[in-house]
Amino acid sequence: MSVTEMFSYIQGFLSADQDVREDIRKVVQNLEQTAREILTLLQSVHQPSGFKEIPSKCAKARELFSNVRTQMAELKTKFPVEQYYRFHEHWRFVLQRLAFLAAFVVYLENETLVTREEVAQILGIEVVREKGFHLDVEDFLAGVLIMASELSRLAVNSVTARDYSRPLRISNFINELDSGFRLLNLKNDPLRKRYDGLKYDVKKIEEVVYDVSIRGLAKDPKSGGDK
Amino acid sequence: MNKREGEGWSRRNVEAAQERDVHANPSSAVIAAFKVFQQELDSRHDKYERLVKISRDITIESKRAIFLLHRVTNVPNAEGVLNEAEGKLDGVRQKIGQIAEELRGEDIYQFHRAFTPGIQEYVEAVSFLHYIRHRSLVSLEEINARLVFMNTENSDPKGSAEAPPSGARVLTFQVTPADYLLGVADLTGELMRLCIGSVGNGDIDTPFQLSQFLRQIHDGFSYIGNTGPYEVSKKLHTLRQSLGKVEDACYTLRVRGSEIPKHMLADVFCSRTTHMDTEEGVV
Repeated sequence: MSVTEMFSYIQGFLSADQDVREDIRKVVQNLEQTAREILTLLQSVHQPSGFKEIPSKCAKARELFSNVRTQMAELKTKFPVEQYYRFHEHWRFVLQRLAFLAAFVVYLENETLVTREEVAQILGIEVVREKGFHLDVEDFLAGVLIMASELSRLAVNSVTARDYSRPLRISNFINELDSGFRLLNLKNDPLRKRYDGLKYDVKKIEEVVYDVSIRGLAKDPKSGGDK
Repeated sequence: MNKREGEGWSRRNVEAAQERDVHANPSSAVIAAFKVFQQELDSRHDKYERLVKISRDITIESKRAIFLLHRVTNVPNAEGVLNEAEGKLDGVRQKIGQIAEELRGEDIYQFHRAFTPGIQEYVEAVSFLHYIRHRSLVSLEEINARLVFMNTENSDPKGSAEAPPSGARVLTFQVTPADYLLGVADLTGELMRLCIGSVGNGDIDTPFQLSQFLRQIHDGFSYIGNTGPYEVSKKLHTLRQSLGKVEDACYTLRVRGSEIPKHMLADVFCSRTTHMDTEEGVV
């Protein structure tokens, strides 16, 4: 094989690769659009009026997630599944966002931490790599961390909206999350950087709890305790 | 006052949080989930570190093979050197076999960053040896064809149980086109050194062959241009410098070769290359 032949073979490979990336980018753009729509919808829970409408907002968000599932199905057709990590960076950001949104919806609904299986199910993807397009564990954890900072905001706004017991529940939840993350041995990577921000969310929520408790605003102070 | 109170409160709270950690209910769903994540992340990081280590070994051994091959210009027994280099590269291939073993059933791009430097160095060494032997560019298929491993010796029962029954014994490693390209770009630097070295030994033909070969590679890279990965365009600049040096060397040989006796040519050439080197330092 001559040098020229070799290089034109490689060039063919590279341009095929670029076409795939182009296709992926288009679908990811749509996904980002949907993710923004869901985010806008959920943002309204921070409004004073939004607190009463949390269940209906969540139901609406869940409807929008069906769009995500169709778009995910489209994304899966754009590249060979065993090359997931080759193109990972194209959808990493949006997947973390979507994991956050799914986790947030689940938290608002029943105040528990979403499992990876649930997120995967909401997004219409797999949990384990062998089965196809999956949710990487780091992306899932990043999504959970985004939710933690969203919850610290929610704690503040729930006080404003005269919902004084919510911060205590959020505090318990975040503390559990924090001890969960402390079990992990993180490398010096983007996930670690994001985890470093978790302590500020914890602090913020604790301050809110403090303010509420010393003023006796919480209806049942014992529920904020160690229980 | 407010501040101090706040501090005291938060310290107490930290203690409380730590206490909670110690007594963290191990049966809680969140903690149980995070224990699973811990295991998954740890095993992933461990694998990554192992691959980085193998990759470093590959880099070192390949570099040694390249140094050895540079000796080919000034020893009488070229074939002996080439065989020795081939032996070294066999050792490197075994290490690549270890990478293939680690990557069995994994997505190779997930860990690609861990071993790409070693693979590039290996491509460089293999293509250098191939050039010295055959005066041509080794193709990607030829490289990949040699990276097929029979999984006979260290076959752990766990590994072979995981492998699909169809390819239980044979492991392959595929060099990606991008790694190949970057390895070939590095090769041009070695060829430049070979060219300068061979003139020092009074070899007049090799520089011209090399300059022609380098020009072909350069044209190939220009053809790819910026469609390739980002690193390729970076290496293209170095390639251009190497090509310039080789072309200058050929120029000198042509111009001065016609008027100077052969035994003096080496001196002329050496002084010129040192001159070029100092120039490069300024630029």
